[in-house]
Amino acid sequence: MIVIEQILNGVQFGITLFLISAGLTLIFGVMGVINLSHGSLYMIGAYAAALIVAHTGSTWLALLGGLAVAAASGVMIEIVVVRRLYDRDPLDQVLATFALILMINQGAVMLFGRQPLFVSMPPALLGSVTLLPGLSYPVYRLGVIVLGLVVAAALFFLINHTRIGMLVRAGATHRQMVRALGVRVGRLYSVIFGFGAMLAGLAGAIAGPITAVQVGMGEQILILAFVVVVIGGVGSVRGALFGALAAGLVDTMSRAFLPLVFRQLMNGSDADALASGVSSISIYLLMALTLLVRPGRLQTAKP
Amino acid sequence: MTSGTIEASPLQPATRRPGRLLSLSAAVAVALLLALPALANAFHVVFVLGLATQVLIYAIAAMSLNLVLGYGGMVTFGQAAFFGLGGYTVGILHQHFSEASAFLGLLPGSDSLLVCLAAAMLVSGCAAAIIGSLSLRASGVSFIMITLAFAQMLFFLFVSLKAYGGDDGLMMRHRDVAPFFDTGDDANYYGVCLALAAGWFGLTACMVRSRFGFVLAGLRQNERRLTAIGIAPMRYRLVAFVIAGMGTGLAGALMANDLRFVSPDMMHWTKSGDLMMMVIVGGTATLIGPLLGAAAMVLLEASLAAQTENWQLYLGLILLAIVMLTRGGLAAALDRLFGGKR
Repeated sequence: MIVIEQILNGVQFGITLFLISAGLTLIFGVMGVINLSHGSLYMIGAYAAALIVAHTGSTWLALLGGLAVAAASGVMIEIVVVRRLYDRDPLDQVLATFALILMINQGAVMLFGRQPLFVSMPPALLGSVTLLPGLSYPVYRLGVIVLGLVVAAALFFLINHTRIGMLVRAGATHRQMVRALGVRVGRLYSVIFGFGAMLAGLAGAIAGPITAVQVGMGEQILILAFVVVVIGGVGSVRGALFGALAAGLVDTMSRAFLPLVFRQLMNGSDADALASGVSSISIYLLMALTLLVRPGRLQTAKP
Repeated sequence: MTSGTIEASPLQPATRRPGRLLSLSAAVAVALLLALPALANAFHVVFVLGLATQVLIYAIAAMSLNLVLGYGGMVTFGQAAFFGLGGYTVGILHQHFSEASAFLGLLPGSDSLLVCLAAAMLVSGCAAAIIGSLSLRASGVSFIMITLAFAQMLFFLFVSLKAYGGDDGLMMRHRDVAPFFDTGDDANYYGVCLALAAGWFGLTACMVRSRFGFVLAGLRQNERRLTAIGIAPMRYRLVAFVIAGMGTGLAGALMANDLRFVSPDMMHWTKSGDLMMMVIVGGTATLIGPLLGAAAMVLLEASLAAQTENWQLYLGLILLAIVMLTRGGLAAALDRLFGGKR
């Protein structure tokens, strides 16, 4: 039973990761921009949702507000900063978006302080539900999984069966050709950037009640999201889904079960410390192995 | 993003003749650096010495990273791993020395500066050889992420090593000692760092002007062409990666001695980011760039933090301005200022 519960936890974490890395992989794949400030958009979404729910008490309003604020911030970042750097050295983009992290984090400290905000669960999703005899699971986490899967399905429809999705796929495959065919890439880029930001904001909004909302939450998850993007293949949303689920499962499972294994071998506190270290490593090991075993994966990935 | 190379930098420092104004200001800068301990004493601003030591240490690390990132065009996001390994080599040797125990029951500890610095360079060089030989098989984004992955693995390894302080890090009771002078004295320690930084600068200058340096820069600009004339890219890149690892390890060892403290923070990915920022802000693939970048970042941080609590906001704004307005970092801006002819 505990195994199934941990698998569900892993899937839930993987879904959150997917929402962030889907936007990241699109921005990366279509514009070729390494957007370090993507984690900040996640944080912006989380703060916006937390504040709205604290003032109005409405979960839906908070969700929509988180999405809207993150999307608006994303479009603003694209127009003010990133747009001017498309033709520049990738390192310039890294430096500029790193500067944005510093500014956004400090801005959040100035506005909301360093104290983490704790967000209460929406009352409708409180409590847990019995899935199998002997296995009850929190409704909220189930809701996150369902919402994530719905978003993933919508995303696949959008990318595979609409005109803008076609442009996204074309952009990820051959950027110059899209431009040469007369597509107004400037507008397309703004839309994709804003859309990716919105997904990150959604992830932040739904992560609020599970983890505390605080400054720096974006950077912790940003690196994991990059790992997911690389495991799944740059520009590939489908890859991001599989990569995120794999990363979420590996991370959660090793966190849950490695301490038990290590405690067989050595005494308590040392075992726990080592196990937490090794389980933090596991996700990077997964990525390094993926890259070393299949180095061509990045080039052959399909959106 | 598939070739793992950065476009050729517009700067080609090796082929340009420095103007008279430039060599004059370089001479003034060197004189200032040499006279700094006396000046700091005379004007009663001893904290300047500590800051300058930090600048020099970071400059060594940034110069090393620049060899890989700037000249070699290999964007590594894991340089802090070697910074931390250098630091931990010093810290661990010191702990075993003060406990009179042995590392893994084999190697005795040490508190000799010479031994510890050499050991730090050896350890980080070996680590760079292993990490480099695995990750250099990838290129572009994969290379960035693999180097990051290895650095994160080492970071979490040291976080979980309770025997060496884990999360809290290791304190050192005193700096490692050297024959003939007292390293506990800040002016002396500044001298050590200045000498090593100058030595590393000279070594880097020789390297980038040697055949090795030209091959490295050539590989950044056009790998296919160099392969066609019979040069095996991997060998040159790996050597550069190992030298950069050793230099960064040296810087880490100096930092551990300066602060008398090591912690996993030294190999956190944001530290890799900081080092990258120093190189980019200063100007990639320039000799003077990393020095300028290290000085700019350390001094900006210190002076802004002294002025306002919200210094990160202003640091971000300044970094953004630098990247948007100057192409090629501070070195390029200086260059234009002094009217370098191109």
